[in-house]
Amino acid sequence: MNVLACVKRVPATSGRITLTADRQEIDTRFLGFTVSPHEECAVEEAVRLVEAHGGTSAVLTLGPEAAVEQLQDAMALGIERAVHLVTDGREWDPVATAEAIVEAVRAQEAAAGPFDLLLFGNEAADSGDYQVGIRVARALDRPCVTGVKRIELQDDAVEARREGPGGWEVFRVALPAVLTVKEGINLPRYPSIPGRLRAKKKPVERTVPEWRSGGLEKVRLKLPSERESEVEVLGTGAEAAPRVVEILKALGLVRA
Amino acid sequence: MILGLVEHDRGRPNDLSFQMLAFGRRLAAGRGEPLEAVLIGTEAEPIAGALGAHGVSKVHLIRHDELTDYAPEAWAEAIVQLIASTGATVVMAAGSDRGNEVMAHVAARTEMPMASNCVAADPGDPFQVTRQRWGGTLLEEAVLRAPVTLITVAPHAVQADSSPATPTEVAVAPFDPNLSEQEFRVRVTDRVEKPAGQTSLSEARVVVGGGRGVGSAAGFGALEELARLLGGTVGCSRAVTSAGWRTHADQIGQTGVRIAPDLYIAFGISGATQHIVGCKGAKHILVVNTDREAPILARADYAVIGDVGEVIPALNAEIRKATGG
Repeated sequence: MNVLACVKRVPATSGRITLTADRQEIDTRFLGFTVSPHEECAVEEAVRLVEAHGGTSAVLTLGPEAAVEQLQDAMALGIERAVHLVTDGREWDPVATAEAIVEAVRAQEAAAGPFDLLLFGNEAADSGDYQVGIRVARALDRPCVTGVKRIELQDDAVEARREGPGGWEVFRVALPAVLTVKEGINLPRYPSIPGRLRAKKKPVERTVPEWRSGGLEKVRLKLPSERESEVEVLGTGAEAAPRVVEILKALGLVRA
Repeated sequence: MILGLVEHDRGRPNDLSFQMLAFGRRLAAGRGEPLEAVLIGTEAEPIAGALGAHGVSKVHLIRHDELTDYAPEAWAEAIVQLIASTGATVVMAAGSDRGNEVMAHVAARTEMPMASNCVAADPGDPFQVTRQRWGGTLLEEAVLRAPVTLITVAPHAVQADSSPATPTEVAVAPFDPNLSEQEFRVRVTDRVEKPAGQTSLSEARVVVGGGRGVGSAAGFGALEELARLLGGTVGCSRAVTSAGWRTHADQIGQTGVRIAPDLYIAFGISGATQHIVGCKGAKHILVVNTDREAPILARADYAVIGDVGEVIPALNAEIRKATGG
């Protein structure tokens, strides 16, 4: 079982976002960086699959020099090697991103043998395009299941489950396959100190693909005009309960 | 012609598709083009008649013996063939799990760009969109350069519009795509249904949410009771699922479920961006929190300052008193 997990370096935004003066980027001067929770789970799943079934695990990112930090985070959890497609910091649109990943996967497979599974997050935390995994699958002519929250390997196939309108939807696809996973498929482990130290010695293979446009061009970013609601404080502690019930009645949710 | 994919699950339409049609209707009026819809599988045929009220003049009904349950590549390939046959200039779907998935397959097959989760469109040349990033915390103005514009419409960005000035007749045009076995290699092969009568978080009218401030997995018992009293569903923050107190299916947020209830009651949730993205579709928000400065208060209509463990039992008792239960 050879598994490749793909991740994207994004700023760790938990509070209010501010933009750079040219409105092209988020102002990251005071922010750390991470990957999407979906991708943390993709990395964890890759490690677990190899622990359970043998084989090798790799992590890939398309991102700036500093994204080596996210590759090392993944290797600290047990991923064995990394592929870094180094960018100059410019944003790549989903078409161009998928093309670069496809080229890298082909090169990796020519050198080290095929991947049975390519794992992506369901969508990137920042651009939220919902399409890179699908485009990669199409280019490589592999089946793709998205939004996966449970994986079970069966001989030459994988059974993947996702949450659908009425419950679980079950898909069974042949390997090799592409899966985009969602947070909840597992609870990722925390990296250990020895894991972090080992990660620094693991190989990172670098290539520098040429930036290209894929047809979706960012013009500028803007913050949505938020409804700044005037909050009405109904009271403090248990004493507020009668006032809350009045509100519930007004909303038609409690009928006497 | 502007073409909208009306998504359905074994014949039941997805409400987000009606929001998408409202978006498409405005776009069609602006461009002076008709709005047409595509339904996939004969199971969906009964939906066709109702689409006229949403501004649809013609419904393309995709027919194929194998199109019995959801198969993303087959849906996409059928749409690709329909685009070629009809000359659609804009093709859109709801920004739902399936809508984004099918449109991404259409985009991959036609090797065209696609803009997901749009909140506005300016159909000039080039076609301009405003789309959501970071789950809607941030917006991006972008241009799409492609012969056919492929977009999905962000959930809850526009309201469904089923009130036409004049009721329109809908023509139903069957379309029989040429699909091979290959297009059905990914399909729903089995289902594990939810217990009947359980309202999903995304559809619940009342959601009772709990965060770290609930204190423990057992602390959710009181939230379950409140949800029962109000006919609602229990959800939680990411901190709660990360702690293992609740299953991830209950998580409200950017990487969990987006909710749009009439009332969301948030107990002990501070309101990280990740969570706000998931609950901002709520019409009313009531917050119970010990911290008057918690970020979620800036999004709330009502607040009770206090400890969850103290407020909920009092509230449940008060509701029982009011309803005589």
